[in-house]
Amino acid sequence: MAEKVLMKGNEAIAEAAIAVGCRHYFGYPITPQTEIAAYMAKRMPKIDGCFLQAESEIAAIHMVIGAAAAGKRAMTSSSSPGIALKSEGLSYLAGCDLPAVVVNIQRGGPGLGGIQPSQADYFQCTKGGGHGDYRMVVLAPSGVQEMYDYTAWAFEIADQYRVTSMIFSDGILGQMMEPVELRASRQETPQEGKPWALTGTRGQREPNIINSLFMQPEDLERMNLERFVRYAQIEAGETRWEEYLLEDAKIVVVAYGAAARIAKNAVQAARTQGKRVGLLRPITLWPFPKQPLERLAKRVRAFVCVEMSMGQMREDVELATRCQRPVYLCARTGGMVPAPEEILGKLEDASHGCCV
Amino acid sequence: MAVVFEKPKGLTDAIMHYCPGCTHGIAHRLVAQALDDLDLTGGAVGVAPVGCAVFAYNYFNCDMIQAAHGRAPAVATGLKRADPERIVFTYQGDGDLAAIGTAETVQSAARGENITIIFINNAIYGMTGGQMAPTTLPGQVTQTSPYGRDVTRTGMPIRVCEMLATLESPAYLARVSVDSVQHIRAAQKAITKAFQYQNEGKGFSLVEVISTCPTNWGVTPQQALEWLRTDMLPYYPLGVFRDLFAEKKEG
Repeated sequence: MAEKVLMKGNEAIAEAAIAVGCRHYFGYPITPQTEIAAYMAKRMPKIDGCFLQAESEIAAIHMVIGAAAAGKRAMTSSSSPGIALKSEGLSYLAGCDLPAVVVNIQRGGPGLGGIQPSQADYFQCTKGGGHGDYRMVVLAPSGVQEMYDYTAWAFEIADQYRVTSMIFSDGILGQMMEPVELRASRQETPQEGKPWALTGTRGQREPNIINSLFMQPEDLERMNLERFVRYAQIEAGETRWEEYLLEDAKIVVVAYGAAARIAKNAVQAARTQGKRVGLLRPITLWPFPKQPLERLAKRVRAFVCVEMSMGQMREDVELATRCQRPVYLCARTGGMVPAPEEILGKLEDASHGCCV
Repeated sequence: MAVVFEKPKGLTDAIMHYCPGCTHGIAHRLVAQALDDLDLTGGAVGVAPVGCAVFAYNYFNCDMIQAAHGRAPAVATGLKRADPERIVFTYQGDGDLAAIGTAETVQSAARGENITIIFINNAIYGMTGGQMAPTTLPGQVTQTSPYGRDVTRTGMPIRVCEMLATLESPAYLARVSVDSVQHIRAAQKAITKAFQYQNEGKGFSLVEVISTCPTNWGVTPQQALEWLRTDMLPYYPLGVFRDLFAEKKEG
């Protein structure tokens, strides 16, 4: 078995990135993700890597673009207001078909908001964030081991499909310590595996051009459609979710990330009261696990969304289930976290609502 | 027959889209020639800006990337840090470099990033149709200063070389012009020196090229060159503002 160490979620992300060959990290200080930058600042110089504190979130993401264009695994991390600033670069990464990993350790908003945990960037991140027709893979860990594992996975997805993958987490998971098995080891895809990389022509090939500008709409449409073929492949091949006590469930709680951990406790408590309740935890928020929800909608009575945002994910649950069943919402916002009792109360509402 | 003049290998055969009388073509040629002369074209990566030079990726015969407006120095930083063996340059206009990209410009210079920036200063936004730039001269009429730049409301134009020369880190900062043969030759020397410094790992270099935009200035190419001399050069004096490795003149 691989080594197991006690780590913060943010540190686990940084360690996983290094383990899979990321040697270029560009960041800007913002709470509650700063441990990632601090970890990189300490480790990168020791392993011939690059840690650079950029002048802004915007510069950091464009430095990632440069390093990714050179064919290297590159990463940046931030928290909600910083991700908003990075949105320009996220769109360019998509338009240039460059692989990159971006981490969002969310805090409450809007505006400067607060520094307590939140899931309120759901729309921003799962629907794109930046301008234009594009998608970003959004992975939602719910523990420190998953922070580690999904970061390794995020780099694989990014390289395989030439997209940006985001680790979508929050201040709870970023700051929380848990034992982690350091099991990632896949090395960076060599530049030779990236024939599009800007490595210099050496006079031996035509110049490589990385560009998102297409003045002819026919060309731009073609580029976008090609991209959406890849997005369809991602939907078919990478959609992940966890099912918990769903076999006989009549009410299904839908929750991800830190909210899913609390929701799981509530589901266990409801079970001891004899309620047939289960949990579906989306692991990929884009692509969203539509199919299992669609299937469940045919046999369960109701859904209860538990989220640290005002029903942003609920819209996707309603779409996936085509509103065939009521979708209740247990939401806290602004950095507040739902308590198991609140979820149990909402489950009570849902079961009464269904009995009418 | 001896070849006495030819197009640098650092330029492609693509027909440039620049307007008649625009000096981008000259500046492109000088960059390509410098890369050729130093035998760096095959190892170079260029960063195109947003603005008239956005299509520079079609003209330079080396690997190229097109950056978001003002972000070229950040993209160049990422490229250079990822692959220090590459010769990385940006080619940016005044709106891109001195307005929306001010932070990226100043901070890459402050870091002493080992990249070369070619800065085209023509005192106006070209691609978008002639709006006021940070380098637009006092009283200059543009689409967004239709009564002439009112410096009581917009302040005075930014002198980029002088501003960056207040920093300790830049290795080479020079302002050149491409309005005459003499100036073009001096410009070639400055651009070559900038790339040479990068190749020797000496750090950040920026060459500001005072340029024309007859279309948006609303004048003929000849008048544009004349206005450059009479109006731009007094405010933007040519010269070397920083040379960390200048050979000391004896006694």
